[in-house]
Amino acid sequence: MTTMASVSMPFASGLRRLFGNRAMLFGAIILGIVILAAILAPWIAPYAPNKLSIINKLKPPSMTNFFGTDEFGRDIFSRAIFAGRISLLVSLGVVVISTVLGVILGVAAGFFRRLDAPISRLLDAMMSFPDILLAIALVAALGPSLTTVILALGITYAPRLARIVRGSTLVLRELPYIEAAVAMGLPTWQILARHVLLNLASPILVQATFVFASAMLAEASLSFLGVGVSTDMPTWGTMLASGREYMNNAPWLMVFPGLAIVFSVLSLQLLGDGLRDLVDPRLAKES
Amino acid sequence: MTDTTKKTPVLSVENLTTSFKTPEGWKAVIRNISLHVDAGETVAIVGESGSGKSVTALSTMRLLPAGRSRTEGRILLDGTDLLKASEAEMRKVRGGSIGMIFQEPMTSLNPVFTIGNQIAEALVLHRGLSWSQAEVETVRLMERVRIPAAKARLHEYPHKFSGGMRQRVMIAMALACRPKLLIADEPTTALDVTIQAEILHLLRELQREENMGVLFITHDMGVVAEIADRTVVMFRGDMVETGKTDEIFAAPTATYTKSLLASIPRLGTMGSAVAPKRFPEVDASTGTATDGREMNPVASTVAPILKVDNLAVRFDLPNGRVHAVEDVSFDLRPGETLSLVGESGCGKSTTGRAIIRLLNPSAGSIVIDGQDVTKAGTRELRTMRRTSQMIFQDPFASLNPRITVGSAIAEPILAHGLMGRKDAKARVAELLEQVGLSAAMADRHPHEFSGGQRQRISIARALALNPKFIVADEAVSALDVSVKAQVSNLLLDLQEKRGLAYLFISHDMAVVERMSHRVAVMFLGEIVEIGPRAAIFDNPQHAYTQRLISAVPIPDPSRRGQTPPPLTEEIKSPVRPFDYVAPKRSYREVSPGHFVQDVA
Repeated sequence: MTTMASVSMPFASGLRRLFGNRAMLFGAIILGIVILAAILAPWIAPYAPNKLSIINKLKPPSMTNFFGTDEFGRDIFSRAIFAGRISLLVSLGVVVISTVLGVILGVAAGFFRRLDAPISRLLDAMMSFPDILLAIALVAALGPSLTTVILALGITYAPRLARIVRGSTLVLRELPYIEAAVAMGLPTWQILARHVLLNLASPILVQATFVFASAMLAEASLSFLGVGVSTDMPTWGTMLASGREYMNNAPWLMVFPGLAIVFSVLSLQLLGDGLRDLVDPRLAKES
Repeated sequence: MTDTTKKTPVLSVENLTTSFKTPEGWKAVIRNISLHVDAGETVAIVGESGSGKSVTALSTMRLLPAGRSRTEGRILLDGTDLLKASEAEMRKVRGGSIGMIFQEPMTSLNPVFTIGNQIAEALVLHRGLSWSQAEVETVRLMERVRIPAAKARLHEYPHKFSGGMRQRVMIAMALACRPKLLIADEPTTALDVTIQAEILHLLRELQREENMGVLFITHDMGVVAEIADRTVVMFRGDMVETGKTDEIFAAPTATYTKSLLASIPRLGTMGSAVAPKRFPEVDASTGTATDGREMNPVASTVAPILKVDNLAVRFDLPNGRVHAVEDVSFDLRPGETLSLVGESGCGKSTTGRAIIRLLNPSAGSIVIDGQDVTKAGTRELRTMRRTSQMIFQDPFASLNPRITVGSAIAEPILAHGLMGRKDAKARVAELLEQVGLSAAMADRHPHEFSGGQRQRISIARALALNPKFIVADEAVSALDVSVKAQVSNLLLDLQEKRGLAYLFISHDMAVVERMSHRVAVMFLGEIVEIGPRAAIFDNPQHAYTQRLISAVPIPDPSRRGQTPPPLTEEIKSPVRPFDYVAPKRSYREVSPGHFVQDVA
């Protein structure tokens, strides 16, 4: 327990902490590059993602094809850059949908005793299905498209967040500062927004980064099973799936999309970790 | 006990310095501590939070994390240096030659093993007994720590034991290997006063019988006076004074000791005062105290701000109904403090929370400022919350760590639409200054404040709505003695200035004596005695009140042992069968306004 006597300068100290945390900075830079590359894909990709060149098939990485070529002679570097667009879009969409759903359900279940049993049973029911199976069922019911995949995965992962949020809310609800807020006659929405949600930021951030990673892989599984996003646009998942047959002779087919997933997930987790510390005033460094 | 013949001490600590690793390098948290404990002697280490008393104990046992802490000096247990011992040797020392008891009896026993099993385990492990031998020995140990019906309770699980009984079990475990030294780290802090008195009594007896050395760590000078032969006073990592306990109490030399002794709330210092009296102001540079002045008495003609009639709060459990509060009636006038006293589980906090409507009463009525709020709906509750506020015990959990204190204090003002943002900001500044903080602190987060400061912030927040009465639930109990006196004085000043009424819920009799106009004693959910403060403290009528007052440790070693040996019994439980109907109680008036429950 140290007494901290720093004068509060939220923005400056926030920046200092951002740069003080190297791991987080690293994460932010990597994620920035990945996102930028995806956005600027048409300009920076040396080839069109679907341009065939049968004579050049299964070429290892070289100066003309940085990541090599696949079984149809398509440039893997260009495809990986374009694939990032769909993969990131799907993952971010899934994170947003599952977080919004999860937080609403979790806070409702945790804060209002009467809603706890029905919501918790619903979550149990959803979690009793394997993730992919539930997603497949949802996509099948809605018809496969980019939107439905995002929606289906968002719903599938919502219980993961809801569980965590409910647990944390149950603990928070009993804390004296929440009781103090009730005793002061604050409206319920304000108690939820300012006192409950604000203190849920850490567990939500951490769980959201996990969902981001899972969603990226789940999208790949869905594409692999043929219920994913339409096949004419590559995703990291579909690239991985189709590269599997050539794993022994042309490992680069899998290595590069795999690395793309690893780096995106890693960078997001570093960023999430750092953000969690950043939003916690107790971890503010003494100046 | 105070044998002065030359003998080698059981424990001798020489120039102990412990440092913790911080981002800025190694930082010493205790410096050059030297002390010794002889056989059959109790040495107390006393100090406020952060003084390093627990670190001293943990260093002695080598229980601090190796990579992040560094201990220098010498720790001699019977002549062998513990700092040079291997980890395997230390494991034999801990629980072997040195027994330990900790503060939290509720969590230091494993809930899935029986009591007997846990005591016997230590015997099998350290003394190499067989399980059947260990069982016989366990019964003997449980009898030694005065657990009634030891044989029958051997196979019970910890949840059936009360806090005091669990602490007895912990002591039995610590004694299992006949340690030469017992280290007790705040062993009675989490216990009620009557239970504390029992445990202290027991420790004294056991020590005499076993001729152990005891190193007793506490923040409570009353407990020190009760139990210690010699005392070490610590302040911010330094040993400021050491000597015989009675000498330290009679003639303290260090300024810190003087001010510490001067700020302890003591029973029986009210003289002829009728109204509450401020705590003595202690000058920290000299350690001298000037007694506080008496506050205003309450005009008995004003209408009460709060009227509670036949209040009952009951909860259903799977195996019965908890009669947490039963048939409680009292009223409270503007400018008056009524203290609710009693031990944990007596229903005093539940009463306070029911009045604030943080939980719903089962029966009875609560009238605040002429308005019946017993069944108030959401809208009426919001209006009522402007009149009545609450201050909580734990200064660390009662403020949201994520929002600045200024924003926390402004929150109720804005939520009730009392003023605009700009005016609210000015009001926050004003409130902060009223509670003795500076307006510039509004932009800081709670973690930047000490416990006492946080409690001041909680008070400022409670005052934000200009309430007429405040429920203060153990509002000063978690604070260090010097801070406790200051915050109590603040509450008294605010009361006088604003005509506030307090429902002061506390287990600390010495603070209650200073703070109250009237006192209500609760036992098992009922008020057993209520009346003017002087009548309750000077002429307690109910057996429980008498027991409660006599159990308070007196910070005066010369009066040690004058309190009668306390009873060894479990406090009865308020859990009853579902068809139980609480009997109607009757009260008799002893003197004007002093009522005592008739014995059923």
